[in-house]
Amino acid sequence: MIAIEPKALLIDITRCIGCGECVGACLEAHDLPGTADDVKGLSDKALTALAEKDDLYIRQLCRHCIDPACASVCPVEAFRKLPNGPVVYDADRCMGCRYCMQACPFNVPKYEWFSANPRVVKCDFCVHRQAEGKVTACTEACPAEATMFGTREEMLALAHQRLAEDPDAYYPEIYGEHEVGGTSVLFLSPVPFAELGFRTDLPTGALPHLTGKALAKVPGIVTIGGAFLFGLWWLTHRREEVALYEAGLAQEKHDA
Amino acid sequence: MPEPGPYRLTFWRAFFFLTLAAGLPALVVRYTQGIGAVSNLSDEFPWGLWIGFDLLCGVGLAAGGFTVTAMVYLLNLKRFHAIVRPAVLTAFLGYALVIAALLVDLGRPWNIWHPIIMWNPRSVMFEVGWCVMLYTTVLFLELSGMLFERFGWTRAVKVQRVATLPLVILGVLLSTLHQSSLGALYLIAPHKLHPLWYSGALPWIFWTSAVAAGLAMTIVESNLSARAFKRQLELPILTDLSRILVVALGVFGVFRLTDLAYRQALGYLFEASYESAFFHLEFLAGVVLPFVLLASEKRRRNPRILYGAALLAVMGFVVNRLNVAVTGLETAAGQRYVPAFTELLISIFIVSIGFAAFGVAVKYFKVFPEEEHAAAPVPGLPPERLAPFARTT
Repeated sequence: MIAIEPKALLIDITRCIGCGECVGACLEAHDLPGTADDVKGLSDKALTALAEKDDLYIRQLCRHCIDPACASVCPVEAFRKLPNGPVVYDADRCMGCRYCMQACPFNVPKYEWFSANPRVVKCDFCVHRQAEGKVTACTEACPAEATMFGTREEMLALAHQRLAEDPDAYYPEIYGEHEVGGTSVLFLSPVPFAELGFRTDLPTGALPHLTGKALAKVPGIVTIGGAFLFGLWWLTHRREEVALYEAGLAQEKHDA
Repeated sequence: MPEPGPYRLTFWRAFFFLTLAAGLPALVVRYTQGIGAVSNLSDEFPWGLWIGFDLLCGVGLAAGGFTVTAMVYLLNLKRFHAIVRPAVLTAFLGYALVIAALLVDLGRPWNIWHPIIMWNPRSVMFEVGWCVMLYTTVLFLELSGMLFERFGWTRAVKVQRVATLPLVILGVLLSTLHQSSLGALYLIAPHKLHPLWYSGALPWIFWTSAVAAGLAMTIVESNLSARAFKRQLELPILTDLSRILVVALGVFGVFRLTDLAYRQALGYLFEASYESAFFHLEFLAGVVLPFVLLASEKRRRNPRILYGAALLAVMGFVVNRLNVAVTGLETAAGQRYVPAFTELLISIFIVSIGFAAFGVAVKYFKVFPEEEHAAAPVPGLPPERLAPFARTT
């Protein structure tokens, strides 16, 4: 069997013309109502959207982190990172605690706030199309090749190649190469990412390590803590026994 | 059960029925139209009052259950024996209410049991879920002696007494784990939570503040039940307890400031910002002031100061948790969150049920010892000390 290579998207903001074909194709591929014109941002009815900033268009979508915070925090493993890249959600496992929304550094997961049986909603990297060997709907729809699909390795190589070949056209960084341990959606931009509203204060380490450090202490607290507490009980009660014994001796002496 | 005398509609009873009458329709809307229909929760603010107050404060204020049992059974401080049952009952009801609040806050509450079979040991929430499940059971078992006494099951009473030590140790361990883990929940969001609250030490900050809050809540609860059930206040015991509270507040205060200094975040205290205002409310009014008030033995013996200072500490704790859950996240969310009226109503509804349940428990079970506290610790060794767990109260 051939090893599964993780896939990625490369989104080149210098090429995007803001036509919204990706948004429309995404709605269609996921049987969502409305048209691309209705989409103002990510919501429970839009898995991708375009944000405009100084005539540049920035695609909003799940970044499919290599070590996703949403999957690490989910108490019931409703989120899973698949070997071929997608971070997918299983509503049947979900309790609806929304810790994923709180944990996501990109504020991607959205919620069906007005449903009696609500789901978390987010881009699924067209996991079903990928299973059929197809590229994502957004990639297929893009007339400008602003969104490209391939293995993460290929996409990173392509991005580095563009940076090297045309350094004047690009800000010399690939957003998503290292952020929060790396993501499966990579961005190239003509201007610094901070100017386009990207978070540039994210750590390069994967976020789950932050909570992992705290959880790693649990076994120690239980074993050492348990022994300590029992010792404490023994000590305080033993002291009392000794005091009683001595008091008894004193009493005997007094009586004699 | 016979009612002692004719039923009187007091102010609080009227308030209770009013909350019930208003809260039930709100709940119907919540379960038919969704969470969004009754709350101001949104994609920008997925956790609000129900998590910040009902869950974080509910669990923290119930910490008296593990601190008081630890003092009495593990440290052998017998003079606090009289407050064990009210503290454990408060804790048990606190956790029951937290679970009730979760049934409202969770989007798919019928899946609340999923962590039992669907494991993700990497998740702090998974650990909290298990600890809360287990600790609620432990609290129930700690209280079960009270039930067995009521039904006259002497054998069961004896078994329960033997089980007390392991239950208490288990309770302290589980409490330590999840009290701190509630803080660890926020470790995943360094980019969202304001530096006045985000810290790698959040788990320990949550634990120490819960210890103080649990003690303060025990004092407040004793005062409330003294008034409600026309009992004498266990003043000498509570004064002693407040000495421990002073230490807990002091340790917490120093810890909190040291942590801010270590993270070089002290500068934020002197900014004229929304966040610093809320920090000062939490810290000056809720930690420093009660610490100063309770620092002198003379003031600790004054029931009004004692009660007032404990109430301040409880409120300071509540503000701290709401600051972590709401204030500290508002800037990152790019908007303010204020709970909707129905959100608040449902919270009040849940708390009211807790108060009513406490009242019912006191009426039918022996929660308080019969004015035993009058026999304050006497010098020498009374015979009951021979058998630490032989007492039924």
